[in-house]
Amino acid sequence: MKSQEYFDSRYPIWRVLRDDGTLDPELDPRISVQDVVHIYRYLVLTRTLDRRLTALQRQGRVGFHVGSLGEEAAIVGAAFALRESDWIFPCYRELGAALIRGLDLQRFIDNMFGNRNDTVKGRQMPDHYTCREKKFVSISSPVGTQITQAVGFAWGAKIDGQDLATLVFFGDGATSTPEFHSGMNLAGVFKVPTIFLCRNNGWAISTPTSQQTASETFAQKGEAYGVPGIRVDGNDLFAVIAAVRLALARIEAGEGPTLIEALTYRMGGHSTSDDPDRYRGDEQLRPWQERDPLERVRQYLVLHGAWDDAKQQRLDREHDENFKRAVARAEATPPPSLESMFDDVYAELPWSLREQKEQLLQGPRAPKGH
Amino acid sequence: MPQMNMVQAINDALRVAMSADRRVVLLGEDVGKVGGVFRVTAGLYDEFGADRVIDAPLTENGIIGAAVGMAMYGMVPVPEIQFADFLWPAYEQVVNELSKYRYRSGGEFSASMVIRTPVGGGIRGGHYHSQHPEVQFVCLPGIKVVIPSNAHDAKGLLLSAIADPDPVVFFEPKRVYRAAKGEVPSGDYRVPLGKAAVVRPGRDITVLAYGAMLYEALDAASKVAKQGVECEVIDLRTLWPVDIDTIVSSVKKTGRVAVVHEAPRTMGFASELITLVCEKAFYHLEAPPLRITGFDTPFPYALEAEYMPLSHRIVPAVLQAVRSG
Repeated sequence: MKSQEYFDSRYPIWRVLRDDGTLDPELDPRISVQDVVHIYRYLVLTRTLDRRLTALQRQGRVGFHVGSLGEEAAIVGAAFALRESDWIFPCYRELGAALIRGLDLQRFIDNMFGNRNDTVKGRQMPDHYTCREKKFVSISSPVGTQITQAVGFAWGAKIDGQDLATLVFFGDGATSTPEFHSGMNLAGVFKVPTIFLCRNNGWAISTPTSQQTASETFAQKGEAYGVPGIRVDGNDLFAVIAAVRLALARIEAGEGPTLIEALTYRMGGHSTSDDPDRYRGDEQLRPWQERDPLERVRQYLVLHGAWDDAKQQRLDREHDENFKRAVARAEATPPPSLESMFDDVYAELPWSLREQKEQLLQGPRAPKGH
Repeated sequence: MPQMNMVQAINDALRVAMSADRRVVLLGEDVGKVGGVFRVTAGLYDEFGADRVIDAPLTENGIIGAAVGMAMYGMVPVPEIQFADFLWPAYEQVVNELSKYRYRSGGEFSASMVIRTPVGGGIRGGHYHSQHPEVQFVCLPGIKVVIPSNAHDAKGLLLSAIADPDPVVFFEPKRVYRAAKGEVPSGDYRVPLGKAAVVRPGRDITVLAYGAMLYEALDAASKVAKQGVECEVIDLRTLWPVDIDTIVSSVKKTGRVAVVHEAPRTMGFASELITLVCEKAFYHLEAPPLRITGFDTPFPYALEAEYMPLSHRIVPAVLQAVRSG
């Protein structure tokens, strides 16, 4: 799609970071250069992990990875813009949001390996981590189920008189689920303090947005629910932060939810199990490569004298070393205990699970290699 | 002690829970001003306000999805699904989210709530106001399933369910909503989850039933007693985790077992109960176990009395099992 088409729509795209690296003063969220450096480190970390984990998956060392190549600014920027009190309801592509919130790298890598130190006890696929202490909710694979939950969480807090918001991430595909409809509708009717952040990355696995909806934009879907929608350049860190801050200001004024459509692009496959060459060509990637969200932030920082090649090399080395150390430790950690399979199904083991646990422990072990 | 029917007893349980804990909130279609289509929540909107007795839009998946979120926050939601037949839009939230939250987050999150829903036939409700879908919830690891048969148990079980750390699907047998009258203590009391009740002791055959069909089992038991056959009728009360000890010790005594339920026969709860009995008391059995159930058809409107396993079908089945063994 040509960028001009966006500007012709009823939902113009917010852009703050101009091509020359300067900011539009009208929408500038006024982030200190120091903070931009802080965010940039997480943008780079997220991308480094994507690259490294994809390689590990190809080597057969981790089972799976779902990355966010090209979408980092929308993800990390939105998380940065939140207040400490606010909760994140992720889809499965928001590693950067968890990291900038403070998810420990080792904890994440242990989840990728499903080992004994994995806090979700090796029960889920890789990239399905949880981090309650950083207000980052448990990840599930079904698309959209977190949307109504994010609304319920914020609604509960509202009933309880607590000042917090939830931000729910989802992709463009999720807007076709009943959860999107129900969540937007409930949030609209009850003025629930939820920020709906749709990462319009162009694709739901192989299905393009044109086959996901006949709406001209995703932002306009909010109108039907009485939820204001805004569209931002999702590859513009500053625009994403400005939009989330505007949504928070609306929440603080008691005005309820906002839908943000962040226009970005899934530069990689849906996951390591996907081969995007089957359904799209390089020519579709090229315009987005030119709008790489990381490059744009780096250009900004260089312009402000806050970044240079030496710093970049140091950061890359630091991330690489931390990653290697975490992987070495995770690979040396044994799998979860057999007994742990039965924990946490119920608060207490019912008789049926006590019996089955006994059967497993006394029975034959699965052959190696499974 | 006050006399109440099941509707009044459940209403009283909700009032007790909401008075004791401001985190308890109700949400559902028509539960507020009108007090629910069966009036189970009558008066609670006036007493506790629109914030805690929420008239929700017509969205079962939204109601349960939002309730999951509320529970994660720390509220104690008691959502109502107007008829169990309408649970299906919410089933994804129950199967993939509610039942797995504690497990999949390694214990960091849980979503404790009670989904109340009227269930069962015999009210001229046709396909969509009559079904009895307990097995679709019994089969879900992480979910508890409860169904009272009388007013006393309804209140005590609901208060236990609301206090329970696990998600509970609480089926309310609507056919006996008003017929099941009895003495109900005031204030807070608990009927424990996971405990069945032997409601009629007997030596010849164990009859397992729950909800509205308990009364059919009891009616059949008194009829066959006139012919010298003594049924031991057990009200399961909690379907999962089922009270296996009470079932097995009864079958070991009687040597025979019949299960009565409204839901279709194939893969019905009777199949699981009879398998458990076979695993744990096979050599005590003196006759083939019986499934006295609904048929494997959609729930029919005009012929509902023929479809349901009423006492006229229980009596001959029980007599034959006892006399053949």
